[in-house]
Amino acid sequence: MASISILKGREKQIYQKGSQDFDMSCDKKSLAGSISQRACVFCGSRVVLYPIADALHLIHGPIGCASYTWDIRGSLSSGPQLHRMSFSTDLQERDIIFGGEKKLTNALDTLIDQYKPKAAFVYATCIVGLIGDDIDAICKKMSEEKGIPVLPVHSEGFKGTKKDGYKAACDAMANIVGTGSIKDISPLSINIMGEFNIAGEAWVIRDYYERMGLEVVSVFTGDGRVENIKRSHGAALNVVQCSGSMLHLAQHMQEKYGIPYIRVSYFGIEDMSKALYDVAEHFQDIDPEVLPRTQALVREEVKKIHPVLKQYKKKLHGKKAAIYVGGAFKAFSMIKALRTLGMDVVLAGSQTGTKEDYQVLKDMCDDGTVIVDDANPVELSKYSIEKKVSLFVGGVKERPMAFKLGIGFCDHNHERKLSLAGYSGMINFAREVYASVTSPVWQFAPQRNQ
Amino acid sequence: MLMRHTPKEIPERKALTVNPAKTCQPIGAMYASLGIHGCLPHSHGSQGCYAYHRSCLTRHYKEPVLAATSSFTEGASVFGGQANLLQAINNIFTVYDPAVIAVHTTCLSETIGDDIPQIFAKAENEGKIPDGKYVLHANTPSYVGTHVTGFANMTKAMVDYFATANGHKEKCVNLIPGWVEPSDMKEIKRIAFEMGVKSILFPDTENVLNGPQTGKFTMYPKGGVTIDQLKKTGSSRGTIALGRLASGPAAKALDAKCKVPCEILDLPIGLKATDRFVDALRKMAGVTVPDSLNLERGQMLDIITDMQAYLYHKKVALVGDPDQLEALTEFLIDIDMLPVHIITGTRDKKFEQRIQELTADLPCKVNVKSGYGADMFHFHQLIKNEPVDLMFGNTYVKYISRDEDIPFIRFGFPIMDRIGHSYFPTVGYQGGMRLLEKILDALMDRQDRDSSEIEFDLVM
Ligand code: SF4
Ligand code: SF4
Repeated sequence: MASISILKGREKQIYQKGSQDFDMSCDKKSLAGSISQRACVFCGSRVVLYPIADALHLIHGPIGCASYTWDIRGSLSSGPQLHRMSFSTDLQERDIIFGGEKKLTNALDTLIDQYKPKAAFVYATCIVGLIGDDIDAICKKMSEEKGIPVLPVHSEGFKGTKKDGYKAACDAMANIVGTGSIKDISPLSINIMGEFNIAGEAWVIRDYYERMGLEVVSVFTGDGRVENIKRSHGAALNVVQCSGSMLHLAQHMQEKYGIPYIRVSYFGIEDMSKALYDVAEHFQDIDPEVLPRTQALVREEVKKIHPVLKQYKKKLHGKKAAIYVGGAFKAFSMIKALRTLGMDVVLAGSQTGTKEDYQVLKDMCDDGTVIVDDANPVELSKYSIEKKVSLFVGGVKERPMAFKLGIGFCDHNHERKLSLAGYSGMINFAREVYASVTSPVWQFAPQRNQ
Repeated sequence: MLMRHTPKEIPERKALTVNPAKTCQPIGAMYASLGIHGCLPHSHGSQGCYAYHRSCLTRHYKEPVLAATSSFTEGASVFGGQANLLQAINNIFTVYDPAVIAVHTTCLSETIGDDIPQIFAKAENEGKIPDGKYVLHANTPSYVGTHVTGFANMTKAMVDYFATANGHKEKCVNLIPGWVEPSDMKEIKRIAFEMGVKSILFPDTENVLNGPQTGKFTMYPKGGVTIDQLKKTGSSRGTIALGRLASGPAAKALDAKCKVPCEILDLPIGLKATDRFVDALRKMAGVTVPDSLNLERGQMLDIITDMQAYLYHKKVALVGDPDQLEALTEFLIDIDMLPVHIITGTRDKKFEQRIQELTADLPCKVNVKSGYGADMFHFHQLIKNEPVDLMFGNTYVKYISRDEDIPFIRFGFPIMDRIGHSYFPTVGYQGGMRLLEKILDALMDRQDRDSSEIEFDLVM
C-alpha cells in the first residue's frame, strides 16, 4: 500500500483491512526524523494529574515545559482553581551546571506556605533527569516539614512515551491512596477512574452512578480533590475509563486493597449503557435493586435522545469519517458512536495503541478501512482525501489539516468545549458532527468541487 | 475569580516563576524556520518539547505546523544524539523531501552537548544531504534566553549559513521583520513595494501561516524566503533590522560577514516608529516617499486627532516581548496614554533602560521589569496595586481581565482564543489604524457599558 512514500520503518504501522496480513507494529518510539503527533512522559503525567484542583503542581525544569501546559486542558473544577496556575522553577544556565535542588526546595517552601495546598506534585522534566537532582529526597523533606504529601512525579520526557507518563502519575497518586479514613463509605461505592472532567463530563457520569444508588468516593482525577483520593481505597469497585491512563493505579489498588476494577467507555449510547450495566451487575449480589434502577435510567435517557438522533442520522447517513485519537479505546467508542449516526469509519488510528488494541480495532472495522499507528499529517491527509471523508475526529494538530482539506472536524480530544460523554454527550456529539459535516462553507472548498 | 490566588502584597521571590510571561527558545526557532520556503524545522531532542511547540503554534495560527523530531530516547540522552540526527536527516530528505532542514536544539541536546556542525559534516560526508538541498542549525537552550532569543538565533543562522557577497552591491535592501505576525511581514513588504524598493524579507511567514483554504494539504506552502534569496542578502546595499532583540543579531552578522551595513530600528508599531522605518528605507534605497504612503499616514493621524479626547491619560499595562513593548510604549505615549506597568519575561537590560527613557516625562510612576520574576503573576500584582484602564498582552491576560474587570487587547504571542492577528497587521500606518480602532473600541465599549442610563450617549 505504498502509493505515498511511507517513512521507512513505518510500513508495519499502516494497514488496510482485508488486503494484507495484519501484524501491527506499535508501542514503539517514533523514528528519528518522523513528523510524529505524539508527546512525552511529562505530558502524560501532567494531563492525568492536572485536574486535581486543590493540589499544587510545580514543574521542575526550564520554562517551556510549564508554559506550554498552562491551563490548556479544559478540565473543570467546581471549587478550587489552583490547578490552573502555572508554577515553574524556571531553571537557568547556572542551575543546569550547579543543580536545581536548592531552587526546588525554595520554590516548594514559598508556594506551600502561600497557597496551603492539600498536596503538591513535583514534575521532573528531561533536564532534571539529566542533571540528576534528587527530587525524591527534597519531596520527602518538604513533606515532613509542611505536613502535606509532596509527591515526586518521575516524568522525564525522554524516558518513554505519554503512556509511561500515565504510569508515573499513577505511582505518585498511589502514595496518597490509602491515607484517609474510610469510615462511613457505602458498600455500594465506586471510584471513577480515567475521567478528567473535560467540559464537565465527570459531572454527567457521576450523576448517572448516583441515580443508580451508588456512592462515588473519588473521581480520578476530574474535579479532583486530594481528600477523596486519600480515601478512595474504601470504594468497592474501580471503574476505569479509556485506554488505561489509570489502569496502572487500578491494578495497584487491586493488589494492595483487593478492589476489583472494570474497564468502560462513556462515549456513545452503546458503550455508555454497557458501562452502567457492567457496574450494576457488579453490585447485583449486594443490592438487586441496582440493576432495575439502571435499566430505568438507561431507558429514560435513551428515550430522551432517540428522536433527536434519528433526525441527525437521516442527514448523516452514509457519510465517511476518519478517526485519529490518542488512545485506542476511544477509537472503539468513536466507531460505534459514528455508526449510531449512520456514518462509516474508513480510517482509524491512535497515537498509543497496543497490539491487542489494534486487533480489536481491526475486528471492528469494515474491509478497506485504513488502520494506522502513530501517524503523521501527510499520511492522514492522503487517506482522508483518497477515502473521501466528510468528517475527521482528532485533536489539536489535526484540526487545521482537516479544515485545509475542506473536511468537517470534531475535537474529541482535550480541546472539546462540549461534554461528549454520556447520553447528553451523544446529542452534543451528533450536533457538532452534523454542524461541521453539513456546514455550507464546504461548498466553497476546492476539494469538494472536483 | 480564577486568579483569586494572587495576593496584593509583592513578596520577594527567589526561585520561582508563576504564570510565565515567556516561553522557550525552540518555539521561536521553529517559527523563524517556517519562514524559509520549503523548510522542515527539526527539533533535536525528545518528542515532548516538539509536540508542545507544534501544538502551541497550531493554536496560535490555526494552520498545520509541521516539523520533525530526533525522538530522543534514554539511550540518546546518555550516548548523545548523533545517531538520531543522522538518521533523521536521511529519513527526512528521502521521505519528506524539503528544500532545507532547519535544526534547532532543545535543553536536552544542548546539555548533552551534541555538536551539530560536526554531525552535519558527517552527514555531508556520508552523502545524506542530497545535491541542491540544505541544512542549517541554531543552538537554542531554553535555560538561556526565551522564545525571542530562539527566533533571533535561527534568523542569524540563516545569515551564517547562506549569505554570500558576490562582489558588487545590488540595489536590493534586506528587511528583517522581527517576531511579528505573517500579516505584519506582508505589510512590511508592501511598504517597501509601495516605495519602489526591491527587498528581501527574512524570515517570511506570509502565506505559510496565514495561507488560504486550498482543499489541499501541502507540507511546504507557497510562502517563505528562498535559499537563493538568503544567499543574495550578502550582496544587498543594506539591511534594516526591525526589533533590536529578534533581528539585531542577524543584521550584525550580515554586516560582519558580507559588509552589508545595517540599521537596527524599533518594530514599526505606531506613528514615529513607522516614520523612522519609512525614512530609513527612503535613505537606504535613495527613493522618495510616495503619496500613497503619506495618505495612509495622514489618515492615521486624523484618527488620533479626532479621538484624542478619549485617549487622554488612560492608564495602560503591557506585557509581551521587548521589541514589541518598546515600540508600543512609544506609540501609547504619543497618543497621550500612560503606560504604567510594562513587563516582559525576556531578560534584557537595555529594555528597562529604554522604557525608562521613553517614559521619563510621564506624570506618573512607571513600573518596568524584565527577566526573572517578571511574569504574569507579578503583572497582576502590579495591576492590583495600581489599576489601569486597559491592558495589552497575549491570551493569558484574559484571566486578569476577567478578575479585575479591565478590558484588554490581544497582542503578542500566543493568542489562542481569537483570530485576525495573522491576517491583519499592527505594523505600519495601516496596522496603526487597526491598533487605534482596537484601543478606541475597547475604551468606548467600556464607557458605554459603565455609563448610567442618563449619561448613555449616542454620538461619541
Ligand atoms: S525542555 Fe527546554 S526546549 Fe523543551 S519544552 Fe522544556 S524548556 Fe522548552
Ligand atoms: S520532552 Fe522533556 S523537556 Fe520536552 S516537554 Fe517533555 S519533559 Fe519537557
